[in-house]
Amino acid sequence: MEPFVFFLNKAVISGLIVGSIYALGAIGVTLIFGILRFAHFAHGDIMTLGAFVTLILAGLASYAGISTPIPLVLLVLPLAMAATAAIAIGIDRTFYKPLRERGSAPIIIVIASLGVTLMLQGLIRLFAGVGTRNMFFDQPKDIYRIPFPGSNRGLTVTEPQLVLVIVTILAVTALHLFLTRSRLGKAMRAVSDNADLARISGINLNHVVMATWIIGGSLACLAGSLVSMDVVLKPDLSFNLLLPIFAATIVGGIGQPYGAIAGGFLVGFSETLAIFNWSILLKPLNEWLPEFMQLPQDMALVPTEYKLMVPFVILILVLIYRPTGIFKGRVL
Amino acid sequence: MSKTANPGRGISRDMIAFGVLAVVIALVFLSQGAVYSTRMFVEAGCYALIALGLNIQWGYAGLFNVGVMGFIAAGAATSMIATYPPNPDFWNSDGPLMMLGVVVRLILGFLLIFFANRSDRIGAGPKLRALLIAIAIAMTWIMVTAAVNPMAAEIEGKATWMGGFGLPVFVGWMLAAIVAGLIAWFVGKVCLGLRTDYLAIATLGFAQIIKTFLKNADWLTKGTLTVSPLPWPVPKPEDGEFLLARSLYLVIVALLIVIFYLALQRAYHAPWGRMMRAIRDNEEAAEAMGKDVNWRRLEIFVLGCMLIGFGGAVLIQFTSVFDPAGFIDLNHTFLVWVMVIMGGSGNNRGAIFGALLVYVIWTMSEPAAAWLFDHVRIWGEAWFGWQAPADLDSRALQMRVFVIGLTITLVLRIAPRGVLPETIAHKPAGK
Repeated sequence: MEPFVFFLNKAVISGLIVGSIYALGAIGVTLIFGILRFAHFAHGDIMTLGAFVTLILAGLASYAGISTPIPLVLLVLPLAMAATAAIAIGIDRTFYKPLRERGSAPIIIVIASLGVTLMLQGLIRLFAGVGTRNMFFDQPKDIYRIPFPGSNRGLTVTEPQLVLVIVTILAVTALHLFLTRSRLGKAMRAVSDNADLARISGINLNHVVMATWIIGGSLACLAGSLVSMDVVLKPDLSFNLLLPIFAATIVGGIGQPYGAIAGGFLVGFSETLAIFNWSILLKPLNEWLPEFMQLPQDMALVPTEYKLMVPFVILILVLIYRPTGIFKGRVL
Repeated sequence: MSKTANPGRGISRDMIAFGVLAVVIALVFLSQGAVYSTRMFVEAGCYALIALGLNIQWGYAGLFNVGVMGFIAAGAATSMIATYPPNPDFWNSDGPLMMLGVVVRLILGFLLIFFANRSDRIGAGPKLRALLIAIAIAMTWIMVTAAVNPMAAEIEGKATWMGGFGLPVFVGWMLAAIVAGLIAWFVGKVCLGLRTDYLAIATLGFAQIIKTFLKNADWLTKGTLTVSPLPWPVPKPEDGEFLLARSLYLVIVALLIVIFYLALQRAYHAPWGRMMRAIRDNEEAAEAMGKDVNWRRLEIFVLGCMLIGFGGAVLIQFTSVFDPAGFIDLNHTFLVWVMVIMGGSGNNRGAIFGALLVYVIWTMSEPAAAWLFDHVRIWGEAWFGWQAPADLDSRALQMRVFVIGLTITLVLRIAPRGVLPETIAHKPAGK
């Protein structure tokens, strides 16, 4: 059973973790894409920024002498999400809104978002340096071992991973309720479907735009903080995170939050399954296989260095064969 | 309004801009010395070639390419392999034969995918076709990777890397353009039927993948060990004769810029250029006039990328070191973007002007940032007792990332048409 548990740990659990992070990022990108009609390249850096906001708030809290049984980073997370959402609205007001109001082509706003990407990258590294940081201030992370029949190691989940999965489920449920039950949520879906029709039926576009940035910014902060807690806080996540998120968005269909969630998990699982060394799982087969068909030691489909190829290939295949995405989103 | 707002104005604006540029160049030569300045302007000239390539994509056709770095890297790698002297160890090993095997498998794989793609013509339904394509891709992948790994092991074990082909440098540059064009054809074919956001996402991803490949494929590029020295088309500097050798190289680059500039200007004013602008400005109308919009876009995207790959090859050959880790989005994508949109998108003179000026500012800003941060440290320590972090120098460089980003957003806001705007020969719509 040991290889199978290893498979569950390395491929299934980490796929779930990576997928949740992509899903949280992709929800924001898909809403912005659907409502404001441009590909938001700065999303990866808003995630990094959100992680730093969390870190700073946790640092302040520990400086103020607050100590709780749950880690401080988790405690300040809601506050950090609010702060990041406010920053996202501020970025929109300063950089995108004037262009939008001037009636610039969407591609001009995409370029502006790349400018914002660089500014955020520059600022973050200017003030925080290029090194990595530990979100838990050198406290050890709790590791839970779930016993699994026939294995003495069991499934391993760390505290941030557990939180990540729970929070993702909560966030997605809340989003679902918001989009289907609340007036503003329905308005957002209406604008995403047809902006002109929504406007003439009396929907206030400003509120919708603001709600988009609040959801996008806070989920980006959540995803960024949790991914940094899971490993370490690195200031250069940006493009490595952005490409899988865009792939997830397009796979799920632009403007489709549920599609983004599905796309996020699809991309996440594809990544971990592609870099998983299948030889470990399939080794027992060697006993039955003849001499010349023995399985090689390394059977990963994609070497770890080329992990980025997985979302890219998915992206290309979707663009060629089904540009609407699996959930029949729009093709802009 | 008359045909142009003021016929004299365009010329005088050009004269002012290039006058300022001449003063800047003279200042650089006086303050930095001729040896250093020639190096700087050769590099600036290479960037001008790259900027011209991006300018025809963005300015003529409105295509948003965020993968400039990838095409530069692809062109540079091609030119490096073509011109570097051959490695006898490689040719004596089983490497060439195994490499042939990989190529054959690749071709077989592509044929397989091609036929799976066309299976609907012999009556396969959409589901069966999708299945066939998936199987074809998986088979190709397994077939090719199974052959690449032993080949890489063989080459790296016996010969470190495959070495070059020792071709003349100009041939290397041509090949660089061709390879960059082929990659562009593939990317363009996938994305150009869709809105240009998709092209941005795909080119961004492709650039990262090209860089990862060049960094990890030790058998092809020596990976992080870097390849040097690369040959020059003119005599290389020997015994400190830097000025002469660099000046000769500068002459070649300047000639290339003039040739490409004249060719592009001609194309711009030709019916072809008018058609491209028509497609950029009003896609539906152009399509209604019977223009094949996607095909034309693909054409200009490939042409632009060829020029970018060519410029990248000229640049890397000059620096004489091929270091795959040296290709960074900031220096090789966004800097070029700043050059094009600041110079004036759609105007080739603007692109050249932007490239030269921005590159001078960019190079000069490195010591300037270091100087500024040195003073921040000194004052901070003296006045506030501030303990500067140890990596302040590396952080100082990040200031430039911020400034590039700020410049892009500000130019879009304040002067979206750049310093030397495209002169529109007809009345703008609605006026």
